[in-house]
Amino acid sequence: MTTPILQFENVSRSFKKGRSTIIPVLQNIDLAVNQLEFLCLVGESGCGKTTSGKILAGLLSPSSGRVLFEGQDVARLKGDDYKRYRRSVQIIHQDPYASLNPTHSIYNILSYPLFRHGYAKNYAQARDRVGELLHRVDLTPVGDVIDKYPHQLSGGQRQRVSIARALTTNPSIIVADEAVSMVDVSIRISILNMLMAMQNDLAVTLVFITHDLALAKYFAWNGRIAVMYLGRVVEIGRTPEITENPQHPYTKVLLSAIPEPDPDRTRTKEHVALRSEDIPRLTELPPGCAFHPRCPWFVNGVCNTHVPHLALAPGGLSDTQVACIPLTQGAELKLYES
Amino acid sequence: MNDEVVLKVEDLSVIYNSPRGPVRATNNISFDLHKGEALALIGESGSGKTTLSLALIRMLAKSAEISAGKVFYTRDGKTRNVLDMSDREMRAFRWNDCAMVFQGAQNAFNPVLRIRDQFMDTARAHGRNDKEWVRQRTLELFKLVRLDSQRVFDSYPHELSGGMRQRTLLALGVLLDPQIVILDEPTTALDILTQRAIIDVLNEMQTRLNFSIIFISHDLALAAEMADRVATMYAGEIVEIGEVNQIFYEPLHPYTLGLLRSVPKLSHGQDELVSITGNPPNLIDPPSGCKFHPRCQFASEKCSREAPPLTEYDAGHQSACWHVDKVIEARKDLYKKKVTES
Repeated sequence: MTTPILQFENVSRSFKKGRSTIIPVLQNIDLAVNQLEFLCLVGESGCGKTTSGKILAGLLSPSSGRVLFEGQDVARLKGDDYKRYRRSVQIIHQDPYASLNPTHSIYNILSYPLFRHGYAKNYAQARDRVGELLHRVDLTPVGDVIDKYPHQLSGGQRQRVSIARALTTNPSIIVADEAVSMVDVSIRISILNMLMAMQNDLAVTLVFITHDLALAKYFAWNGRIAVMYLGRVVEIGRTPEITENPQHPYTKVLLSAIPEPDPDRTRTKEHVALRSEDIPRLTELPPGCAFHPRCPWFVNGVCNTHVPHLALAPGGLSDTQVACIPLTQGAELKLYES
Repeated sequence: MNDEVVLKVEDLSVIYNSPRGPVRATNNISFDLHKGEALALIGESGSGKTTLSLALIRMLAKSAEISAGKVFYTRDGKTRNVLDMSDREMRAFRWNDCAMVFQGAQNAFNPVLRIRDQFMDTARAHGRNDKEWVRQRTLELFKLVRLDSQRVFDSYPHELSGGMRQRTLLALGVLLDPQIVILDEPTTALDILTQRAIIDVLNEMQTRLNFSIIFISHDLALAAEMADRVATMYAGEIVEIGEVNQIFYEPLHPYTLGLLRSVPKLSHGQDELVSITGNPPNLIDPPSGCKFHPRCQFASEKCSREAPPLTEYDAGHQSACWHVDKVIEARKDLYKKKVTES
């Protein structure tokens, strides 16, 4: 097997709040992003998906563990190698209203990275390249957009500028953090399709971060989904298998809870009831599996004492990995009765 | 649901006076709301959903003006025009008859007052001074929304999780037994599992208390789940209105069809999604004729000249489009995959 383009090895990240409180946002994550794949990180707010994205893109460093870029530890990269890593991995932020500097024109926003990384030597070159980029993200005619300021563009157009900016350095991997969640429904798909086309046209690997499983399914149908819960990956596998045959209790509950744009289907869907509706705080994580206080298939004496690790479930037909002790021990899930 | 109409909106138009000219945020809106039904207003941002609901309770910003229309409200056989009410009557109407739960309002509780005081304040402001009654009613409602009643009653907002605050807010909305509850994006910004809990609670509340709901959302899935009837809004107008199954399975307007084609579905195998081309229109200078025509795949020359009226095609199913026949032709493949699969 070829080396993954980016890889997490036992990555943890915590943030300090005040003097003494430590918030463990990510815990012991192992994750590989393969060359030219579609990978989706899915989870609810606070599960650590954005933090993972930022660490992938080099905007944050892990508190412990290693991030490998093409097999090399990112923390040890120096000089040109480090520059190449930062150039190769780009991020698209969630909110196009906050991520573009309002005092700079679109040309300025897109030309800074070109000059900074030596892709353009002079005004004419930069202008050409910016035009190309805008064309690439369907902001045409280019002349209408290039000298405008962000406030003159709609949300969808701004997000396209954001994508164009990520493309300035010819990256080999783009992390899209909720890239369409602020965009209107009717233009969401065109932006997604554009991102998906880049994989083919520009040989870019895409990591897509979202809370919307239906969107993840559409985006990564030929790729993989990693489901995160409270700082850990609880299930990872090929998209059709995750969405059609989820293994992990959390994924099962999540899929059963999502309303669907199809009245008959959504109203006849079976809902699995949680044992508790409250999400534990990251500062007071329950021992063992973090999902155990809510899990309908809780096993006393196992789930609340041992931390589960990602592994294949024996007897499972798929190559999906789950972090659930009863499953990985080959047991059948039984509803917990107290 | 029954045929008793609690709210009848006729030709309601709202104009915002902006420095760049008047913005027609909602234009000639007409619909009926029946007792005990849930009506969903769906549309993109800027389609006028929020403006419409604010107009119904006359809470619009100062720069806005209700330029035309009537809103008839019926309770116990008496019908009044909301737009003719005096300020005092209006104050009594709000919350007692028609409550609104704003978007993100779970974060709008006063952080230094206990939940119980905020409930008491609300009741007092709307003419209910009997503290014991308020306490009883609140505790009852908390049970209905599955909250640990006494604990929540005595706590401060920061002690509650987001989902609990949202449920507290729903209880606060129906505190004075209104006939109509307007919900603005009731589940946005909530996690999926919390969202599910809120949907369930809302459904239960509605069956028990039998109020009517107008809910505003951009989320088609939520409408499919909760609504009895759905109205699609585009550029300040209702372009299609009908029962939920009519809207989702037999849409008659190209915009509704476009929306349905552009939402990813979780359980239909691989999706084939098509985006609506173009951008939402500028309401200061809207397109001529049908406002959707620049983005519409069926648009003809007539569409750019004349605005189509909202016309009834099936029982209770209205659409504003000159080319309904083409939409009917095109919608055939909407759920094609579902059919071939099953």
